[in-house]
Amino acid sequence: MAALHFHFDIDGEDFSSAGEASVEMKKKLRQLGFPSDVIRRCSIAMYEGEINMVIHANGGSADVDVYPDKVVMVLEDHGPGIPNVELAMQEGYSTSTEQIRNMGFGAGMGLPNMKRYTQSLEIETKVGVGTKLTMVVSV
Amino acid sequence: MTVRELAGQLGLEPVCEAEPDREVTGGYVGDLLSWVMGRAQAGDAWITIMSNNNVIAVATLTDAALVILAENVSPDPGVAELAERKGINLYRSPEAAFPLCAKVAALL
Repeated sequence: MAALHFHFDIDGEDFSSAGEASVEMKKKLRQLGFPSDVIRRCSIAMYEGEINMVIHANGGSADVDVYPDKVVMVLEDHGPGIPNVELAMQEGYSTSTEQIRNMGFGAGMGLPNMKRYTQSLEIETKVGVGTKLTMVVSV
Repeated sequence: MTVRELAGQLGLEPVCEAEPDREVTGGYVGDLLSWVMGRAQAGDAWITIMSNNNVIAVATLTDAALVILAENVSPDPGVAELAERKGINLYRSPEAAFPLCAKVAALL
């Protein structure tokens, strides 16, 4: 059973609020006294997921379960899905538009960063249905 | 060196001085937010030409000591207020990123 559960709705309409859930989660993890390295890894992974949902899926939801020895982040959207996960995992690969790139996103580092900064990243995706990411950061 | 001292030495124009007594321990330069997110360290002076709201989110998540908007870039509408709300030190400078980096490196 989870020690604590946090739920966040990610607004897909508003780019300016992107990152709110990550910032909120970071604050909570800090209040709970987690080591700064763990907080950093969770924040990076969550932020990348959040941004991806805003860019590609018109938003979604994030559920964070906090255990004494790990943080489990589940991000789910009803976006277009990822047709080729292997390709999407490559650093530098991006399907973002020019407009998104001009805002500083779309570097093709989203999924690679999520993998790099977590102990495990599980991707369940179906084209036309949506994507569910489960990420675990060990303490 | 504190944010206030660094800003003074570099002649930065304050946009939001939320926590000027924070210690600056390093520096990072970059505009691709995912790259900055994964590489910048807590306490860094982050130099960028990005001016949108998401800069504040990345600065918050990386714990950057301050953000310096280089090349006379002005923050987008609402960014200064957001920096205030999130407690982010935000400055701007007419100088390009390269000389700013060199100066920050020499001062730290």
